[in-house]
Amino acid sequence: MTTTTTQPIELEDVRAATATDKRRVQKKELWRNRGLLLPAVVFLILLTQIPFLTTIGFSLTKWNLLYPNDRAFAGFDNYTSALTSGDLWPSIRATVLITAFSVTLAVLFGLLFAVLLDRQFRGRALARTLMITPFLIMPAAASLIWKYSMFDTNIGMINWVFRSLHLPVVAWSTEHPMATVVIVLTWQFTPFMMLILLAGLQGQDKGILEAAQVDGAGTWRTFTWITLPHLRMYIEIGVLLGSVIILQVFDPIAILTKGTGGTKTLAYLLYERAFIGLDVGQAAAYGVVTVVLTIIVATIALKSVFKVFMAGGSR
Amino acid sequence: MLANKRMLALGTGAVAVAMTVTACSSGAVQSGSGSTGAAGGAVTLKVATVNNGQMKDMEKLKTEYESANPGVTVNFQVMEEGDLRAAVTADVASGAGQYDIVTIGAYETPQWGANGWLVDLTPELQSDASYDVNDLLPPVRDVNTFDNKLFAVPFYGESSILMYNKEVLDKAGVTISQTPTWQEVAAAAKKVNTADMAGICMRGKPGWGDLFAPLTTVVQTFGGNWYDSSWKATVNTPEWKEAVTFYKTMLDESGEKDPVSYSFNECLTALKEGKAAMWADASVAASMLEAADSPVKGKMGYAHMPVDKTKESGWLWSWNLAIPTSTKQKDAAVKFVKWATSKEYIKLVGTKIGWSNVPPGSRTSTYELPEYKDAAKAYAPITLDVMSSVNPKQPGVNPQPWVGIQYVSIPEFQDVGNQCAQLVADYLANRGTIDDALGKCQTIAQTAGDKHKK
Repeated sequence: MTTTTTQPIELEDVRAATATDKRRVQKKELWRNRGLLLPAVVFLILLTQIPFLTTIGFSLTKWNLLYPNDRAFAGFDNYTSALTSGDLWPSIRATVLITAFSVTLAVLFGLLFAVLLDRQFRGRALARTLMITPFLIMPAAASLIWKYSMFDTNIGMINWVFRSLHLPVVAWSTEHPMATVVIVLTWQFTPFMMLILLAGLQGQDKGILEAAQVDGAGTWRTFTWITLPHLRMYIEIGVLLGSVIILQVFDPIAILTKGTGGTKTLAYLLYERAFIGLDVGQAAAYGVVTVVLTIIVATIALKSVFKVFMAGGSR
Repeated sequence: MLANKRMLALGTGAVAVAMTVTACSSGAVQSGSGSTGAAGGAVTLKVATVNNGQMKDMEKLKTEYESANPGVTVNFQVMEEGDLRAAVTADVASGAGQYDIVTIGAYETPQWGANGWLVDLTPELQSDASYDVNDLLPPVRDVNTFDNKLFAVPFYGESSILMYNKEVLDKAGVTISQTPTWQEVAAAAKKVNTADMAGICMRGKPGWGDLFAPLTTVVQTFGGNWYDSSWKATVNTPEWKEAVTFYKTMLDESGEKDPVSYSFNECLTALKEGKAAMWADASVAASMLEAADSPVKGKMGYAHMPVDKTKESGWLWSWNLAIPTSTKQKDAAVKFVKWATSKEYIKLVGTKIGWSNVPPGSRTSTYELPEYKDAAKAYAPITLDVMSSVNPKQPGVNPQPWVGIQYVSIPEFQDVGNQCAQLVADYLANRGTIDDALGKCQTIAQTAGDKHKK
């Protein structure tokens, strides 16, 4: 072994030696990389996990801000009352319905506008900028604009149109609270969807469209058979991001409906428990329950996003 | 790879966790470092206050106080009502001592006084003859007194009155007496109601301080109340049903069309724009309807809040200055509070800012000042009349175990009022029945009342 070595063995040894060396180098580099990331990770953990643990702690205490002396360990009482009070399930339902309706409508309108804005015409840049504005307005300001200048029964534009057409005036917030919230959210998120879908449309290979035209496919068939499958990935991303944002919606509900008529979303319920009930313990329990639900949704949703990124090329 | 993805997903989930958590705990864990005045002569007073016009005027006039009291600096923290309530409650409840003077509503004073959070101001004020504590309007003094101790002094106070557009009512041949009944007002509203103009505007926005401010007074004058004298909830009673049904019928027949959107500001706009003929709400609204830029200036008539079974049904609210026991500069704080609620201060506002901006409803003597009488002649007499005749100890037909009119001074009331307002709003929008709404509200109110049973 030591004196006479055959060449293949020698070669193998050499190979083995380089391999270990390389692995060592890689390991070292990996630790250096991790070291560089460490401050950020520590910061992230401090910033996110400590408040979370504190909240779990709060959720296990009996603590109403207005009864400062009556503070004690409550066990799972807050969770029991959160789950049995009957507020949670209607609230989950409201959140899901509002998100589903708003995202679906925003995607449909977004697609329509994206297709229109993808064409060449004079003033396209201006039109695009104008179309994006609703997304740039603060949610609270948008809700106030809708409340006074659109929905109002006296001075709102929608009811002005209705009156001009001799139709009955509609009391939006009172009679159709869900539709009211969904309309405002759709208006706000259509530009967001439009931007994503427009990017998708512009990334489309024009050659393929020409080929389809040469083969005699009409506009509709080209759209449904070529453009839509190409856009699928973009629609998925739009739906995912839109849902994550709209799940936490608060402003239109606080300003327009105050949680009446099946519009009390989880975010609004949490606000009510914390700032109107002033019950820190119970609010924290609702917070933890909300978070568990969000983690479940986020895990499923993120998985699907990775699928999109990975399988994207093969589509 | 799969494990990594899962980690990432969980990590992102955790970020979401943190966002929600910080959002819900930020109100609760404000520790506040607490600024104490430097030793020696220099004193810095920190005042937490609400963003009402009268409070902002006080901030403008603080230099007058500072120049009269060398060495004293007054710092104001002006907040929106909801934020103020959360910030001050957290600070005072935890004894952090961040504020030397706090602005609180009549709803908080007795509760906080009972908790031992506020300095008893009775000895300081009574020993000073020039302050004239008896000049403070008696009902306003009552709501800020707990256990015979005055824990806060009113800075400004208000009641509720009926406001109506005289021009419109005259045209329809309707007259309103000085002390109308609700039936009379409902009939008048129905008469003047047109497609373009609502007969009456009433708050419908769900919230304990929105819908339930006027609705509680309606319930009380119809003979109902939130609790009886032994803290038994009395919401599912015929009186409540009659009152709430009356409110809905009046809104359906002649009210604004979208009640859930309407509260104080919306009704004010409707009245100014000629979109509503009558309005029963806070007396402070009168000064806005009579402001120089108001289209209905001089066209309005004012009457007492309509009644049914009681003699008066105006509410009573005041914003007050109080001193938390956690302050380290009690004497300087008392001195400032006395200045800001004194007769001299009212004259100072009148001369420096304007007589119509004088804080109303705190002192009887304000209503004797000739300049103020002239500037506010349309609504000052009725405001004083209503404010001195309401009875916060028993506003309804039956005795009640707390002092106060459009609220119940227990910590749970914000929550109870809010949840019940949402239930009533469902009934107003024809999504539920009255029995269902009041039945559920009874359960909510009883849970809260049980904690106060002796």
